[in-house]
Amino acid sequence: MENLPAAAVAEKTIQDKPHPSDHIIELQDVTKYYDDNLVLDHVSLYVKKGEFITFLGPSGCGKTTTLRMIAGFDLPTSGKILLNGNDISALPPNKRPVNTVFQRYALFPHLNVFENVAFGLKCKRVINTYRNDEGKEYSKKERLTKKEIREKVEKALALVDLEGFEKRSIATLSGGQQQRVAIARAIVNEPEILLLDEPLGALDLKMRKEMQIELKEMHRRLGITFIYVTHDQEEALTMSDTIVVMADGLVQQIGTPIDIYNEPANTFVADFIGESNIFNGTVVGDKQVKFCGKIFSCVDDFDRNEPVDVVVRPEDVQMCAPDAGILKGTVISVVFKGIHYEITVQVGKYEVVVQSTESRREGDVIGLNIAPDGIHLMKPKYTSNVFDGTITKHNTVKFADGEFECDVTQLYPGSHIDDEEYLITAGGEKIDLTGAEVKVEIGLEDIAISDDENAGGTTGNIISIIYKGDHYRLIVRTDGEEEEDFVFATDDLWNENDRVSVIVPKEKIKLTLKHEEDKKK
Amino acid sequence: MRLHFSRKLLGIPYAVFLAFFVIIPMLVILFYAFTDKEMHFSFGNFIQFFSDPTKLSTIVYSLVIAVITTAVCLAIAYPVAYILARSKMKKKFVILLLFVTPMWINFVLRVNAIRELLNWVGLLGEANYFNTIFGMVYDFLPFMILPLYTTMLKIDESLYEASADLGANSVTTFVRVTLPLSAPGIVSGITMVFLPSMTNYVVSDMLGNSKVTIIGKFIYEYFGSNWHMGSMVALILLIVVFLSTWLTGGFREDEPARGSSL
Repeated sequence: MENLPAAAVAEKTIQDKPHPSDHIIELQDVTKYYDDNLVLDHVSLYVKKGEFITFLGPSGCGKTTTLRMIAGFDLPTSGKILLNGNDISALPPNKRPVNTVFQRYALFPHLNVFENVAFGLKCKRVINTYRNDEGKEYSKKERLTKKEIREKVEKALALVDLEGFEKRSIATLSGGQQQRVAIARAIVNEPEILLLDEPLGALDLKMRKEMQIELKEMHRRLGITFIYVTHDQEEALTMSDTIVVMADGLVQQIGTPIDIYNEPANTFVADFIGESNIFNGTVVGDKQVKFCGKIFSCVDDFDRNEPVDVVVRPEDVQMCAPDAGILKGTVISVVFKGIHYEITVQVGKYEVVVQSTESRREGDVIGLNIAPDGIHLMKPKYTSNVFDGTITKHNTVKFADGEFECDVTQLYPGSHIDDEEYLITAGGEKIDLTGAEVKVEIGLEDIAISDDENAGGTTGNIISIIYKGDHYRLIVRTDGEEEEDFVFATDDLWNENDRVSVIVPKEKIKLTLKHEEDKKK
Repeated sequence: MRLHFSRKLLGIPYAVFLAFFVIIPMLVILFYAFTDKEMHFSFGNFIQFFSDPTKLSTIVYSLVIAVITTAVCLAIAYPVAYILARSKMKKKFVILLLFVTPMWINFVLRVNAIRELLNWVGLLGEANYFNTIFGMVYDFLPFMILPLYTTMLKIDESLYEASADLGANSVTTFVRVTLPLSAPGIVSGITMVFLPSMTNYVVSDMLGNSKVTIIGKFIYEYFGSNWHMGSMVALILLIVVFLSTWLTGGFREDEPARGSSL
């Protein structure tokens, strides 16, 4: 499988300077395994002092693990975590100047609101300096006084609008109030970094929107660094200074919300952030790209004849009179979405989604235009499937946790198989291919799947589905030891996590011998 | 008229059971405790019990044995329950099972085995009180481990993380999070061990070489000859247990962990 370097975009910006003073947290080549599962794959990134940064991605992408390693609950398997330039990878959580707002709050049920918020303050030791009788200064490590604790707790509770709740027990609070106590309990310790692990996930929509604004305001007032984890792209776009988009244990893109929305680095980001039309296209000239059967002007420069992924945001598609547009199609559905209509237009065999404040009727024939700066071209991540395989003694090939029938005679032009399953070359030489290591290549169009588990050579789960205007691009990950991914196009709609078997026709499996010495045998 | 079957009728068997096997026997004990051999009302048993130094010392010995047994059980069970509850080991139920399995083996057999063991190492008849407590700890340990384990299993892992995150070291976390949150299990375990170690005279008889007399033995012996005195001792024991339960807060209604595992 062609695996592009993990965070191509991220790494470029990071490697400039080693430890610039405004980098409060820096992850250097951090990898994390849970048992044998790879959850974070050589991730490097930095967080600037005072910024609101969000780790965004679907569940299982590694975002929470990253946060937990910054908090100290998990240790990296390899790599380093730096805080203000010092390696803190192995420091326990109680020694780190960071505090966490937990996903389900983790408030202490046996303590009331005051005691919960005061918990961290009671653990704290401060260095006070005194002057003795002779005028010499000396310092002592001391606990905070009761009065100091009371003042700090009251201030923190005021900040989250919970004055007067000191004596209440946790069980009597609503979800939103518990959330506020959790935030107060963390910020009362005046941490350098506040870590928030999907803190709004359990709240209803209206409350969530309010808290988003309050958190942003709190960030402004406190001036400390916020590291926020969420799977909600809208939340990330609303609140963050910087977004780190993650998937599959890899950083996909790092940038401002505007950059990430307008210039997605790959189809995953485009699909995950906001709505998008994604098509397969080909560059046909200087800033000219062909997709949906037409040629469009664009602003991205790519080599001629290069296959590209084309992303067009629905709001960048303009509707016009049937013959005034580059594309012409029929409206097949209109959905009212509050501030706009979402209109799906059938253009030939492609579907194009348009967002507009104007409505159209189903069945209307309309024209569509896309301005050059509304078209984003990306190098496709996948152009074919490549696996490492081994030939078995029955002239089948083993790869990706399965065994497939194949045509081994392609390895030696003009050869054939004899009755005893030996390969006879054009020159009449008899070859036993058993155990030969081969490179297996399968095109994106040459894979089919079935829900009959015995129909194909291997089985796996669908881990990704992206709609590309006239077809879906699926990724199936095998569920055996090797965990290989099959990327392919299909016209049928499947569901994520469906268990399927992978079928590859014998003649579509392209083999090449890996070692020349195998050839000589 | 149609016969109306109300849900309340379902309660009748239980009411009958409670009346015949709990309330009436209690009343019978109460009656015997405060009567003399001629069945006349009398405080004689009460006065006799508290003026007899042997009887008083027996109740004190029973209490001391029970307290030590309970304390030793708690000291052994708490770390075991804590480690098992927090361990991420996949087969931890096997270890829990090993601690609990002796409970399923015949009680008399277990005590006999301990007796043989003590005889073999030469302690039988030499250290009667030690042997009694040793046997009781061995017998009652599972009753301490199980409620502690179930209570600790219910403590959310994120609370430990929150404690560490807020700057607490492992000692502070234990004192301020683990201990208060496992308190219901401690109370439950204590009640499950304390009472049997006051009354289970089979252990004290067999392992204490019949030199150790606890309050349960007393009750048994009196019911052979003097039901009136036996009832009085049983009543006093009931009051002691009631008081100790009340003192440890065992009657509060927000204690779902009490004995919930058994």
